Amino acid sequence: MSNTDIEIVVEDPTAPEANSPQVVSVRVVDVVVSLLLLALAITLGLDNWRAGAGWESTGPQPGYFPFYLSVILGGASLYGLVAAFLSRTEATETFVTRAQLRRVMAVFVPTVLFCVATQFLGLYVASFLLISGFMRLVGKIALWKSLLTAFVFTAVMFVTFDVAFDVIMPKGPLEAALGR
Amino acid sequence: MEALGLLMHGFAVLLTWKTLLLMMTGLVLGIFVGVLPGLGGPNGVAILLPLTFTMDPTSAIVMLSCIYWGALFGGAITSILFNIPGEAWSVATTFDGYPMAQQGRAAEALTAAFTSSFIGSLVAVMLITFLAPMISSFALKFGPPEFFAVYLLTFCSFVGLGREAKHKTVISMSLGLLLAGIGMDTVSGQLRMTFGSAELLRGVNFLVAVIGLFGISEILLTMEERLALRGHAAGISLRVVLSVWKDLPKYWVTLLRSSFIGCWLGITPGGAIAASFMGYNLAKRFSKDQDSFGKGRIEGVFAPETAAHASGTSALLPMLALGIPGSGTAAILLGGLMVWGLNPGPLLFVEHKDFVWGLIASMYLGNVVGLVLVLTTVPIFASILRVPFAAVAPMIVVSCAIGAFAIQNAMFDIWLMLGFGVVGYVFKKIGIPLAPFTLALVLGNRAEDAFRLSMIGSGGDMKVFWSNGLVGSITTLAIVLLFWPVIDKAFSGVSRMVRPAKA
Repeated sequence: MSNTDIEIVVEDPTAPEANSPQVVSVRVVDVVVSLLLLALAITLGLDNWRAGAGWESTGPQPGYFPFYLSVILGGASLYGLVAAFLSRTEATETFVTRAQLRRVMAVFVPTVLFCVATQFLGLYVASFLLISGFMRLVGKIALWKSLLTAFVFTAVMFVTFDVAFDVIMPKGPLEAALGR
Repeated sequence: MEALGLLMHGFAVLLTWKTLLLMMTGLVLGIFVGVLPGLGGPNGVAILLPLTFTMDPTSAIVMLSCIYWGALFGGAITSILFNIPGEAWSVATTFDGYPMAQQGRAAEALTAAFTSSFIGSLVAVMLITFLAPMISSFALKFGPPEFFAVYLLTFCSFVGLGREAKHKTVISMSLGLLLAGIGMDTVSGQLRMTFGSAELLRGVNFLVAVIGLFGISEILLTMEERLALRGHAAGISLRVVLSVWKDLPKYWVTLLRSSFIGCWLGITPGGAIAASFMGYNLAKRFSKDQDSFGKGRIEGVFAPETAAHASGTSALLPMLALGIPGSGTAAILLGGLMVWGLNPGPLLFVEHKDFVWGLIASMYLGNVVGLVLVLTTVPIFASILRVPFAAVAPMIVVSCAIGAFAIQNAMFDIWLMLGFGVVGYVFKKIGIPLAPFTLALVLGNRAEDAFRLSMIGSGGDMKVFWSNGLVGSITTLAIVLLFWPVIDKAFSGVSRMVRPAKA
């Protein structure tokens, strides 16, 4: 036989367990989202009403088109709210289990920190920290591999964007010290 | 045959070493994106878009469309070797592709998948070559009411024909249209929905939203899954390729049928997902030996792949000819066109001939180059999956941030991207479709302008949308499609009442 039988195997040791308890049901999230959308629709609707949602001699006022869209959005979310309340299937569906939420947070929290770091330290330093930290702490990959990967990736990004293509990214104290 | 001459000119524009190199880069990046878990066509194009900002429009669109082709090819690799559909439209490919790999016929299945993708795209590109110029020259006669009617038709068909709950499609669409309106009103110069924020003055950039909605949210979703996988490694030898190609003519009916379904569903917003399933099911239904489907039948790979790619490609037809994207990825490409200062729509064929025919020629070339590339490099790409997700995820986050920032050089956009990431994650989980949102966001301003111009022209009389046969029939069709589920139900209700009466 040819080499078609060789298998590629990738393990996922930190995979979320299948029997983890649910944190919240689809119905609850659906209701909350519908309420938020309704609030958004009302806010935007009022703002457009203020901007003028009627007609003037030259045609529709600026708020006309978005005002009626807010009305449509509000109506649809109101319908969604009622539908979510009445839905039997959504109440039994799991939105996210505890184990899944832990994994999602393991990506989301570092991403938020990365954005904060970008604001103060510049994008390149932040991305080095994110990649090395994430690989080491979440992925449990050897420290030298993590640092090397992070450095190579960040360097490639820097050369591609800053040097070759002149796309300017947010920079911080390190770049300033290096004179870039 | 004017089209052929222009197409040849397009090839001449493309055949430089620089463009071919860009094409290869785009294809490799695309396959990479298609193979990696948690990324796919729209995400890949969105994330890699900033790379192209400094290029001239033709090179940029060539590279982007090659990323798209690459992602389409890449999706098939994981479906067949690992039973993991990289994209929703490769789900149908796993039905027969994975059993084939289990039987040690992975190379055959991969060859079949790539070849049929190539055929599907080719048919769709030919359709674009001959139909797009005709449609666009017809659309040149359109005024604002006609354009608004066409936009309305697009939006209504999403609501009426979509498979999601209707109110959720409406929510997604009106939200997109509203966000598109944030910022300076282009007609009156007045500020709308900015609430005094200087950051909102610029408006919500379409690409920032897309990077968040598709890139960041997809990573969050991927992390929820178990990422372990086991699959077959495969090398493709020339002998296998030739033997599969030798058998191709036997399946011409399947290939033709699937191409047709794909083209049709690609132009109408049915999409590649529906096309791939329909292609598979029809191939099964018309087969003499239905039971062998699902057990590793090569036809079961040909049918969905051809349909999916025909659909993915023909989704570009309405985008080029009318400025209305037929799919999420087409919407992102459309956003790209606008960044380069090109105004998609019928005028594109008149004002930017070089660009349009360069793009169409690149579809032909990109597919040929792509086919050769994937056939020769499958083993390398299959082994990409060995790279742990913990290394890939942060790199994707960084690429997303670079992309979001580069569009307007604004830190605020990085935060906006993060916000859209969360929104995308929640929306996907509660079943609010993202495609209508994307479409509405990219078309919002143009739809509003068309509406206001037609209102100004008519003095505020809604009858302008029924003022002549053309605009009237488009508007009526839009309304029929909007209420299609109701009409459909009413019809079947009536026929049920009539039938027992006859019997």
